[in-house]
Formats: sequence, C-alpha cells, structure tokens
Amino acid sequence: MSTAAPTAFEARPSGRASAFWQRLRSGDDIAYVITLTCALTILAVTALLIFELFRNSALPREKFGWSFLTGTTWDPVVGQYGALPFIYGTVVTSALALLMGIPLGVGAAIFLAELAPTKISNGLTFLIELLAAVPSVIFGLLGIFVLVPALVTLEPAIRAVLGWTPLFSGPFYGVSMFSAGVVLTIMIIPFIISISREVILAVPTEQREGALALGATKWETTWNVVLPFAKKGIMGSIFLALARSLGETMAVTMVIGNEPKIHSSLFAPGYSIAAVIANNFAEASDALEKGALIELGLVLFGLTIIINGFARVLVLSTTRKGAK
Amino acid sequence: MLSFRRKAVNVIMLSLTGVCTLLAVGTLLFVLGYLFIHGGTSLTMNFFTKLPTPVGEAGGGMANALLGSAKLLLLASSIGIPIGFLGGVYLAEFGGSSFSFVVRYTTDLLNGVPSIVIGIFAYTLIVLPQGHFSTLSGGLALGVMMIPIAIRSSEDFLRAVPVSLREGAMALGASKAKTIFTVVIPAAKAGLITGIMLNVARVAGETAPLIFTAFGNRYWSPGWEQPTAALPVMIYTYAISPYPDWKQQAWSAGFVLLMLVLTINIFARMILSKRGHVAR
Repeated sequence: MSTAAPTAFEARPSGRASAFWQRLRSGDDIAYVITLTCALTILAVTALLIFELFRNSALPREKFGWSFLTGTTWDPVVGQYGALPFIYGTVVTSALALLMGIPLGVGAAIFLAELAPTKISNGLTFLIELLAAVPSVIFGLLGIFVLVPALVTLEPAIRAVLGWTPLFSGPFYGVSMFSAGVVLTIMIIPFIISISREVILAVPTEQREGALALGATKWETTWNVVLPFAKKGIMGSIFLALARSLGETMAVTMVIGNEPKIHSSLFAPGYSIAAVIANNFAEASDALEKGALIELGLVLFGLTIIINGFARVLVLSTTRKGAK
Repeated sequence: MLSFRRKAVNVIMLSLTGVCTLLAVGTLLFVLGYLFIHGGTSLTMNFFTKLPTPVGEAGGGMANALLGSAKLLLLASSIGIPIGFLGGVYLAEFGGSSFSFVVRYTTDLLNGVPSIVIGIFAYTLIVLPQGHFSTLSGGLALGVMMIPIAIRSSEDFLRAVPVSLREGAMALGASKAKTIFTVVIPAAKAGLITGIMLNVARVAGETAPLIFTAFGNRYWSPGWEQPTAALPVMIYTYAISPYPDWKQQAWSAGFVLLMLVLTINIFARMILSKRGHVAR
C-alpha cells in the first residue's frame, strides 16, 4: 500500500536526530510501537505508584492492621499510629467545602448558562477558570494573613447566628476546620462552575421551550426542567471537586491548625491526611512513622480514586446523552 | 396569571445566581488586588538577583529559588511532555480498542491522584534509595504529574484536526506515520503548544510534592543531585515563619508566582479562543 519512496519532504539536514525522525515519519510500525510504549508507560507508572505505596507501608500495616483506620492516637513518641483524626479532619473540611461550594457553584453556573448573554458569560467563565489556575500555596498565604484574621473579626456574628449548634461552640483562635472549609470552598468553586455550566448548556433548548410554553417562570423552568436534566453531570462536577478538596494540601495545612484530635466543633483546630504528610514526612526519622505516613498516603489515594471513578462515570453518562 | 409568590421567587432566585457569580469573580479580583498591593509594591530587583539572607538581615532575594524552579520545570517537562504527547498520539491516531479505554481511564485516575501522594511516590523511588533530597526527585514528581494532562490535551487537540486532512495525505500515498507527523501534528501545533504551556503553568505552582523531594536550600544548588529551593516551597516556609521580614518576602514571591502562572494562562487561552477551540 504505502511506498517508502524518498521525496523532497525527507530531504532534511542530516544527523542522527533527523535520521531518527525520518524513520519515524516513514515507518508506521516504529511510530506505533513508540507511541504504544508511551501509552503503556502511564499504566506502568500507575501500577508502580500503587505498588510503592503498598510496599513502603508494610510495617504499619502488619503492626496495626485495620485498626490503623480506627485508631485515634497519633503519637510518634510511643509508636502508636491511628489515622482517624486525620480522616475525620479531611472528611469534615471537604464536606464543609461542598456544603458552601455546591449552592455557590451551581448558582453561578445557572447564571452563566441561562441568564448571562454569551459574551459576558464567556468572559466571566474565563475569569473563573483563571481562579482555578491560582496555585494552592497562594490560597494558603491569603488564608493565614487575610481569611483567618477576617474570620476572627466575624466570629461574634457567626456565633450569634449559628452559635446554638454544637458545631460552632468552644473557643475560636482563627485556625480551625471552619477556616480550612472556607478556603477549600473558594478552591473548588471554579471546578463546579465550569463543568456545571457546560452540562447545563448541553441541555436541549426544546426542554426549556416546553416548560416555558406551559407557563412556567424562568426559574421554575431552570429548577424543575433544566437542573434535573443536567443532574448527573452536575453530580459529576461535585465529585470531581470533592476529590480535589480531599487531596488539597498546602492551603489546608496553613489554616487548619494542625492538631491531631477529633473535635465536634468546627471552630476547633483539626488536621487532615494531606496536611500531616506535608508537615511530618521530611522530618520523620523512624521507619514506622514514615511507613504510617505512607499508609496515610495510600488511604488518601484510595479515597480519591473511588470518588474520581464515580465522577468520571457520571460526567461520561451525561455528556454522551446530552451532547451526542 | 402568575401569582405574586411565583414572580417573587423567580426574581429572587435568579438574582441570587447573579450574586453567586459576582462572589466567584470577586474572589479572583480580590486575590489579584491583594497580592498586588502586598507583594507587588515591595518587589525589588534584589528579589531576582540575591540569595536569601539570614534572619534579621534585610535585602535578601530568592534568586536560587527562581533558578531551582526553572530547573525542576525543565526536568519535569522533559519527562512528562514526551511521554504524554506520544501517548496522546497513540490514543488519537492508533487507538480505538478497549485498550485505549483502559489507558484513558488510568490517565484520568492518575490525574486525580493528590499531588502529595505523587510526592511520596517520587520519594520512595529516588530519595529513599539515594538517601538524600535532590532536584532529580522533585523533577520526577512534577514530571509524573504532567503526564496525564499532556496525554489528554494532546489527544483532544489531535482529534480536533479534521479527518479530511488525514484522508488527503493518505490519498497522496503518505504512510500513516508520515500523515501523523507531517500533516496532523503541524495542523494541531498551536493547540499542542498551548496545552504544554498550561501544563507547565499548573505544575509551576505545585508545592506539596516538593516539600520532601526537592526539600529546599538556602544556597545555590549546582547539578541535579542536591536539594534545591523552589519558589512555591519558599512561599510556604516564609509564610509560616515567625519573622515579619520573611512574611513580607513570601508576599513578593507569591506575587511573582501568581503573575507567572496567570500570564501563561491568559496567553494560552487567548491563542486557543482565537483558533476557536475551548480551553480545558
């Protein structure tokens, strides 16, 4: 079929590098094998990642077994390692971020997809996607120097409204699970907005016209017709945001307070899995502590893999149905 | 007739969505403005040319961290981009089977792995056997993070090239490989390059995987085998330090990092929107 006759195309400067490119250009098999190798590399890297996490956490896994996940004491001095306070802190801060982020994010997505004129919508989406590009250490920096002092001044107001719940009791020093939740909210909003907006835009216009023709208001159309139609995709964006907030390290480390205890109050300091790894890994001296931190990494890996898997399935199933 | 309640709900809820949007956009403007006021105004030439000074001594800079970040990114790009790009070529041009589905799914999973876990991975692969922190291990961590993004962006941009271009080349007798490397890739060039730029910008701000791989260094770090300072890690250490002088430097460093990342992002997205692709 294909003839490898030399043409003017291949008359490039000589040299080993260009000879390599020439072979690559004319040889289907070589190109196939090379690109396949690169595609295989990603499978190999992922497998190796899981293997390394597993192998290097063997020590605490043998010593503590499943009780590692339920233990509440983390004390390197006596060699006792329980992950529950960190799992608790991670889950609570992420849940808090979702609680505040979902209404904000989906609300903004509705505005951008349903109300704003295309040009303004595109411009604002551009700005919001830039927010997603801001490095997390910058959010941490703003977190400690701006958000924490601001929350300290706002504390009486928050307490006046929500102080009757046990969630906002106890002393407040600024650094807390609540502060971490607020920072995470800001960090996940761009994801929810940009994906939800696209899913909402993919809802067929006939659906809206049908509801409007029946006399529904714009909001009723959006709430009762458009959102249910886009539900799965929005759920997908929320799961993606959740996966990101579970693994978020720097911003959380800088504002959560770093105290490995389980407190019921959100105003109390806490600790997250990613934060304890970031703080202690470089200094961890004995093999058991290092292993325990790597096992925490394994736990975090497992959590995000499960949540990401969910997200992909949800987003895939809607974009297939909606767009194609 | 519309009841008053339905009308009121309509107006209130729709305005609330506008408020949500304003809050989101306002946050970005606040981040920019605050960093500009606190970091941009105290930025001096020393920041770019001098080494960090000991605590209490004024006038230090972060030249070593800037060079360290550049070296880390160079190393990361040379690992992540070739693998990711060629893997993307496979998915877009040769794939199509269930194997491609597995590769794509794994790519998405690896993309979702928290960066700190990637840091542990690089640590167990390089720092643990070698017994010391190094530029090499930091570069590897960032490189691994670049692979999945590079695969997906190159696959997307290659797929966006019309099939007719491929058919035209094939009809002229070009082999498949020749079609890919002389017709399809050049046609997708702008997209591929912006994809790489966005990828570099993303890992440039990564701190977590560097803390226990590249570690940090108060001095220059020659070669690839020594611990090195990196801009994001410097921001972190300086921000949590108790010294006002260092905190001020953290703001300047934050400003420089943010400007770098946002400039690349704006530039890349402008190229993309001109060509009619939607940025991802």
